[in-house]
Amino acid sequence: MNMVLAKTNGGLALGEAFALASPRLPGTGKVAERRQQAFEAYERIGLPHRRIEEWKYTDLRVLMREVLPLAAAPDTAALARASAALKLHAIDGARKLVLVDGVFAAKLSDLSEPEQGLGIRTLREVLEAGDTALQAELFAPDLSNPMVALNSAMMTDGLIVDVADRAALKQPLHIVHIASGAVPAAMFTRSLLKVGKAASATLVESFIAAEGVGTYQAHDSLLVSIGDDARLDHVRLIEDSREAFNISSSVVTLGSHAHFNTFGMTSGCSVSRYQAVIVVAGEGSHVETNGVNLLNGRQHGDTTLFLDHAVPHCTSREIFRAVLDDRSHSVFQGRINVRPSAQKTDAKMMTRALLLSDEAEADNKPELEIFADDVTCGHGATTGSLDESLLFYLRARGLSEKQAQALLIQAFVGEAIESIVDDNLRELAIAAASRWLAARS
Amino acid sequence: MPLLEVKNLQVRVDDREILHGLSLTVNQGEVHAIMGPNGSGKSTLSHVIAGKPGYEVTGGEILFKGEDLLEMSPDARAAKGVFLAFQYPVEIPGVATMTFLRTALNAQRKARGESEFSTPDFLKKVRAVATSLNIPQDMLRRGVNVGFSGGEKKRNEILQMALFEPSLCILDEMDSGLDIDALRVAADGVNALRSSERAMVVITHYQRLLNYIVPDFVHVMSKGRVVKSGDKELALELEASGYAQFEDVAA
Repeated sequence: MNMVLAKTNGGLALGEAFALASPRLPGTGKVAERRQQAFEAYERIGLPHRRIEEWKYTDLRVLMREVLPLAAAPDTAALARASAALKLHAIDGARKLVLVDGVFAAKLSDLSEPEQGLGIRTLREVLEAGDTALQAELFAPDLSNPMVALNSAMMTDGLIVDVADRAALKQPLHIVHIASGAVPAAMFTRSLLKVGKAASATLVESFIAAEGVGTYQAHDSLLVSIGDDARLDHVRLIEDSREAFNISSSVVTLGSHAHFNTFGMTSGCSVSRYQAVIVVAGEGSHVETNGVNLLNGRQHGDTTLFLDHAVPHCTSREIFRAVLDDRSHSVFQGRINVRPSAQKTDAKMMTRALLLSDEAEADNKPELEIFADDVTCGHGATTGSLDESLLFYLRARGLSEKQAQALLIQAFVGEAIESIVDDNLRELAIAAASRWLAARS
Repeated sequence: MPLLEVKNLQVRVDDREILHGLSLTVNQGEVHAIMGPNGSGKSTLSHVIAGKPGYEVTGGEILFKGEDLLEMSPDARAAKGVFLAFQYPVEIPGVATMTFLRTALNAQRKARGESEFSTPDFLKKVRAVATSLNIPQDMLRRGVNVGFSGGEKKRNEILQMALFEPSLCILDEMDSGLDIDALRVAADGVNALRSSERAMVVITHYQRLLNYIVPDFVHVMSKGRVVKSGDKELALELEASGYAQFEDVAA
């Protein structure tokens, strides 16, 4: 079965592939129509390539070449493999919501006794029988981005989470994406999280694979709205298999006096792209968005952030760190847009790359577009290698070269990791970084 | 067997020869002072003994406990018992002092085939040493040397010296940047570590430091060689007459 969805295979093959997958995609009527529109939007561009400015450094036609066939629903064996992988990445005290091969796995998830004000449904349920307004919201993301459009067309499952007004969730929500790896395939997931007014929640997303899994494609998107006076803490850890592709998008909207703290770390995947749009739509809100790429071999990791300051009196902080070894390639594109009315915006972005090899490449592209005249905005970008004088100091105290490097790398990424407020989650990120460091050499 | 034997050492940096055949023998329990004007090669000697990259040894040898030190990596030298107290200890933001101390101590012990310290044992040991050096606990929680004053940085070097228990301590210009009170505290710390099993090489430009750390031997370096050796009286002589006479000797 050839279900290649790349532009390069010609329109007919593409349409056929979509038609073949369609019966397995939840939703009929208006939902199916929207899928068709989304697919057509994808088809107009196909896999994005370097001549599209936003994708200049991540040419998916070269890196990914094709979109793999839709993954089959996981069978018992797949769930067993996923369950084993889950054990390594489970977080104490968190509520697990598990997607295996792009399909919600109730057996591996924890749906028992939800806290007061917490509502959880699956995307499949909502697309098949949910209310039309919610379905429309799920199709809201801009189709001009081809990978968002493809995700809209193909989304199979995900979590729809509601946190009621004034509910303060104690238990973090942990969405775990697991590839079981039966055959090379693509999974398309979309989740939606609404944090009500004056509510607070913590969301962790992990992307992992069962042991020994090779190539697959994880296509994900996350839609978030944070109500007035609400707070969301968000951590995403990309530890996919070394042959995997992870193309994820998120759209986050903040109300007034809201707080969004997000941290992402990519240490897995062959090729990954995380594109986030954060819209600060209410006054007095604060965004902290921090990230770390830990790459080696021939890994390619792209983080592309668009922060839209639409209203006055908001603050934002972006810290991004990349550690690159061998022939790896990190891309950071951070654009901050300050609209004419967004006076008193205070926005800062700092990106630093640490090159451990002469053949590694870091592309840092900070952009500020300021249309208001009373703002404090700044950005900086640096690229360098480990400081020889620090390395010598540590080695003169008995640390081996690898130990000395590891300590300095941990310190380098530490500033970004320190932004995670919750102790357990910070430890989780530190553990993921340690796994990467231990696997070096 | 001498603890340290430097024999006819010749060292280049880039295309310039800095040490032109330097020899020095240090036995267990001895304290040697190396004095000399700026640019005489004092710090180069300390760096080459510790294994700092960027120096090319073109001749001679360094034996430590009879073994060829130049063949060893800097961390292997540390594990063998060589300790360099830096003239300018570096700041390492993001690496907590305690983490650094424990990683270093356990790395050295592991390299020697000794068991690693457990956390409680380690904490107890550090606290005891820190207290004796007047180092407040909050300094240990900060990044290595981050925000430390000159005196605190030097005390942190001595703390490490006390913790790692090296057999050879090289103190590179320990007095630089210290006022007289800070100098006294640092010198007291060093004196407390003097023992019949441990040797020290005190590198200094000024005689002042040697009032506090009284050496058994004094060597005068000029233009990459030891031009005169004597006992502690030599330092006083230098204080009175300056280095000019030795520059003539070397020329």
